[in-house]
Amino acid sequence: MSLFIVNILDGLVTGLLLFMLCSGLTLIFSMMGVLNFAHASFYMLGAYFAYQVSLYTGFWVGIFVAPVLVGLIGAAVERYGLRRVHQYGHVPELIFTFGLALLIEEVVQFFWGKSQMAYEEPAVLDFTAFAIAGNAFPAYKVFMIFVAMGIFLVLLYILTKTRIGMTIQAALSYPATVQNLGHNVPLVFMGVFGVGTAMAGLAGVIAGPVLGTFPGMGVMLGSIVFVTIVIGGLGSLWGALAASLIIGWMQTFAASYNVRMEDILTWFGFTKPEPVWDSSLQDLWTLTLPQIGPILPYLLMVIVLVVRPQGLFGKRES
Amino acid sequence: MSISSNTPLTAGTRSLISLSNVMPWIIAALALIFLPFVFTSGSALTIMNQMAITIIFALAYNMLLGQAGMLSFGHAVYMGLGGFFSMHLLNMVENDGLWLPLPLLPLFGGIFGLFFAFLIGSFSTRRAGTVFAMISLGVGELIAACSIIIVVFFGGEEGVVGDRTMGPEFLGFDFASQQEVYYLTIAWLLVAALGMFLFSRTPIGRITNAVRDNEERAEFLGYSQRNVRWISFCASGFFCGIAGALFAVNFEILTEENLNLATSGSILLITFLGGVGFFVGPIIGAIVFTLLQTVLSLYSEIWTLYLGILFLLTVMFFPGGLAGILAMHVLPWKLGRIGLLTVPYAKMFIPAVTFLLSIVAVLEILFHARHAAIGDEEMSLFGLTFNSHSLLPLVTAIVLIVVSFWAIVKLMPEFRAAWDSATHIGKETS
Repeated sequence: MSLFIVNILDGLVTGLLLFMLCSGLTLIFSMMGVLNFAHASFYMLGAYFAYQVSLYTGFWVGIFVAPVLVGLIGAAVERYGLRRVHQYGHVPELIFTFGLALLIEEVVQFFWGKSQMAYEEPAVLDFTAFAIAGNAFPAYKVFMIFVAMGIFLVLLYILTKTRIGMTIQAALSYPATVQNLGHNVPLVFMGVFGVGTAMAGLAGVIAGPVLGTFPGMGVMLGSIVFVTIVIGGLGSLWGALAASLIIGWMQTFAASYNVRMEDILTWFGFTKPEPVWDSSLQDLWTLTLPQIGPILPYLLMVIVLVVRPQGLFGKRES
Repeated sequence: MSISSNTPLTAGTRSLISLSNVMPWIIAALALIFLPFVFTSGSALTIMNQMAITIIFALAYNMLLGQAGMLSFGHAVYMGLGGFFSMHLLNMVENDGLWLPLPLLPLFGGIFGLFFAFLIGSFSTRRAGTVFAMISLGVGELIAACSIIIVVFFGGEEGVVGDRTMGPEFLGFDFASQQEVYYLTIAWLLVAALGMFLFSRTPIGRITNAVRDNEERAEFLGYSQRNVRWISFCASGFFCGIAGALFAVNFEILTEENLNLATSGSILLITFLGGVGFFVGPIIGAIVFTLLQTVLSLYSEIWTLYLGILFLLTVMFFPGGLAGILAMHVLPWKLGRIGLLTVPYAKMFIPAVTFLLSIVAVLEILFHARHAAIGDEEMSLFGLTFNSHSLLPLVTAIVLIVVSFWAIVKLMPEFRAAWDSATHIGKETS
């Protein structure tokens, strides 16, 4: 039971982290119709910038400076890159962000090399917050939960309660009308892109010390992020939240419960072939849950797409 | 041979077999046959084989991206699965005495690729654009991840190996030498390329273009956009499978690397760099990319950085790719004014090359200063040897960038004017 609670909390950390990426991605998508392939690369940039800043000033300055820098780069990419490619259509836009993802990874390797950076959590948070039946839960993860929750609430407040949020929501559905009413829609787009990438950067800042700061961190999370928003329904913020949490918990639980296919098959009354490596079904017999954990999100995506093509919370199929 | 995507209406009405249509194929076939007499070394043959396989793969990829407007991020899967299946067939020939001459193997690889494209296409082709791209990414990741788990079929991390020479002899060839494999590969290259070219001329190929440009209108004409996409997806999967089987024959090993996202990404890169709007685009892309890969990687550690920059610039400024740039010169050529461009090009040549090389120099110096082993401060670039930690080389390169950029800006008006008068339709103004 105690392991169960620890897994719930761990899954919550992973899920909320995913959500910090997915929320920006899905906002950008529903606004501009662009799926930002480089979103996870901005997450990586956030971690590297924060590391570089923390070398001079410590962790706490980095957490404020790095997301702002990433957001500025994001806004510049929208203004000078995407807006230019926009005239060719959505597919070239997607190819552009794909190329950007490649380039950012190369640039990161150019400056920081291929090895992992020694980016660590601040000493203030380096203690055990509480323990459940011997399973320690670090304070830094509590901090991560609070940051992610805080960001989510601020985002929700801005989007639903403020004038800016109203403009953004209106620009989502009727950009031309909003433009005619005198709002600067391209500026809104640039702002949303900047804020979305800044959030990805912030996710990188707080995830860097836990998940590691290395050139592959963007790619590692990148495809999971896309799978998440496809499962949640493209363009749906609540869908992104639900799907992030589902995937966070799914991966955490799959990694910590060693359910073996062998036991299940034996329980059903099959006998194990001996020796197992000569059998053509050896993969089925040696399969374990931690082994298939990494592919579960993709499997879920395929199932969701076949059963409900618009995603869990998506309104329309497009 | 370069059939642009916006072909005039008369294109389909002309006779298919005319001299001007057949000539490029004959020339290409003759060139391919005589190439091994020019480049005789074993490594050259290997590079040419790799090029041929990449060309088939890129052409098959462009059936989707260029012809049908479908962007796939997981296309290595169909080539990889075709390759793995062919490798198992090869092993069955060796161990179980299955009678299958090697030249027929790519056909079976293709059928397997087709089968998987049929299966996955049944749900992934429902929508084009972004949704299709995301699903292809997810499925690609799924199968790449499965390849580590399903050891029986994919061989785990070591991959699957085979021996191509164990089959029955075919017309006296046992395919032990690189040369024989080369001729097998180019035979299939010609067959596959011709097949894909002819596919794009069939009614279904034409409707594919219609669905790409306006799916709603195609639906109103009575064509199911989903079925049209599904059919092109299957056809593309078939040719990818052929490429996979040829890969198996050539390298005799397939690993997880043949399926993963990096391979899928690089084929997108190759096809787009070459140009998606033209049939020859992917061919140019595959040749240039393979050459860059083999030559640049010898000289520079950061060649992938250059490739990334090149790719991004192509997407932003030349969405037609290399083939598009070449096609821009068709009009001046037809107008007989290509000569007007030679002088501006020659004038532009030196500043442009200086500009590029000095940017390369800055990047290389910075990279060396940052990443070379401690104490190793000497580097050589373009035949010069100097200390990468001293300021002089860096400052020289930056000055060269500024000067050559200034020269380019100065020459630009003249260049533009020459281009305008060369492409101006109507009476020549001078």
